[in-house]
Amino acid sequence: MKFNYQKVNTVSEALEVLSGNNETLKILAGGTDLLVMIQENLISPGELLDISGIEELKGIEEDEGRIRLGALVTHGRIAESSLLREKALPLVESCTEVGSPQIRNLGTIGGNLVMASPSGDSLPALYVLGAEVILASNEGERVLPIEDFLVGVKKSAIRPDELLVAISFPGMSAEARGFFKKLGQRKALAISKVSAAAVISCLDGVVASARIALGAVATTVIRTPRTESFLVGQALTPEVISEAARICSEESRAITDIRSTAGYRDEMAGLLLARGLEELKD
Amino acid sequence: MNETTVKFILNGEEVSVSAPPWFTLLRLLRERLGLTGSKPGCERGECGACTVLLDGEPVTSCLVLVPQVEGRNVQTIEGISEGDGLHPLQQAFIDESAVQCGYCIPGMIMSAKALLDKNDSPTRDEIKRAISGNLCRCTGYAKIIRAVEVAAERMREDEI
Repeated sequence: MKFNYQKVNTVSEALEVLSGNNETLKILAGGTDLLVMIQENLISPGELLDISGIEELKGIEEDEGRIRLGALVTHGRIAESSLLREKALPLVESCTEVGSPQIRNLGTIGGNLVMASPSGDSLPALYVLGAEVILASNEGERVLPIEDFLVGVKKSAIRPDELLVAISFPGMSAEARGFFKKLGQRKALAISKVSAAAVISCLDGVVASARIALGAVATTVIRTPRTESFLVGQALTPEVISEAARICSEESRAITDIRSTAGYRDEMAGLLLARGLEELKD
Repeated sequence: MNETTVKFILNGEEVSVSAPPWFTLLRLLRERLGLTGSKPGCERGECGACTVLLDGEPVTSCLVLVPQVEGRNVQTIEGISEGDGLHPLQQAFIDESAVQCGYCIPGMIMSAKALLDKNDSPTRDEIKRAISGNLCRCTGYAKIIRAVEVAAERMREDEI
């Protein structure tokens, strides 16, 4: 592991560096993926740009109902935020289960997004919250819906001259409920085999709106539009929940790989949804 | 000559030390500062043997680069006792026979200490969660969890 190292303390310094020729440069934030990839010789960057000290990227703010998370907010801080527990429960639940305590204290939400792994635990939660990704460059800011930001396995729409500076989403309304569930080989330090997140609003005991997303069952996180429209207008009875789970399993498009099989993942996608809906009922 | 000098608080004392920027905190501790209590295991953030406290929070020191500790507070297993005595966690691990090969124990104790620093009466589940990033291949964890409970009890009694 050898590279040139440069540390920046402000976003504008970072953008200045990124605007130059930076073919062999990688951005270091939490380091929990990047340094592992370097250790395993999967990548060998000539230079690391360390942004981990940029204080302006560490804020958790609420402004007129919209929540803005700086890219360097760690999973651990999200897990412990009372504002986010109230306004973004699926995100809190997902960040509570990322990696291990040690990894959650280092790894950042921006890093989880830029890595764009289909199994990134925070991603399904950000989908159901309707998150936007804010990218800065010397040419100005771009704001992309998360669906447009994540374009494939470990591929995002970020340009080499851009820095992911923040994630923004509307806080959940008082009547909305949500969850995140995942399955892995064990509870800590296991990459998810399958995960599910949802935000459901009920009015008079009937589902008024439903947003559901699945992780680790396709090349990116996917929404399940058929399951969502099935749920709208229904009360969450055991029959409705089990039918929603069946449709959700059909919409899951898992593959078989080293971590699990397609059939198991598809089946469990529905089961995770059912478990989450069961808990929402209470 | 591609070394960087960092100043930080290590176990309560300011240190200034040079190392290449690609050195991890773990390597810095072991190879430049002679503190070999923190163990290299997987060096991928998966096993927790290298756990230290960075500004009071447990982190895997194999995933922190030397320049990133500038101005920060690092505590290692060597720095948790007061004077010549053992920390209550260390004593409880001995008394409860929670150590077999011992390789995971420094990291295990640092994770447990981070928990007890914030929560003097953790439940069994909270203890399990706190050490969920620390692998032990010998003990089966039961005695480790018991040792943390015993340490918490003793630390509460000392407070009274």
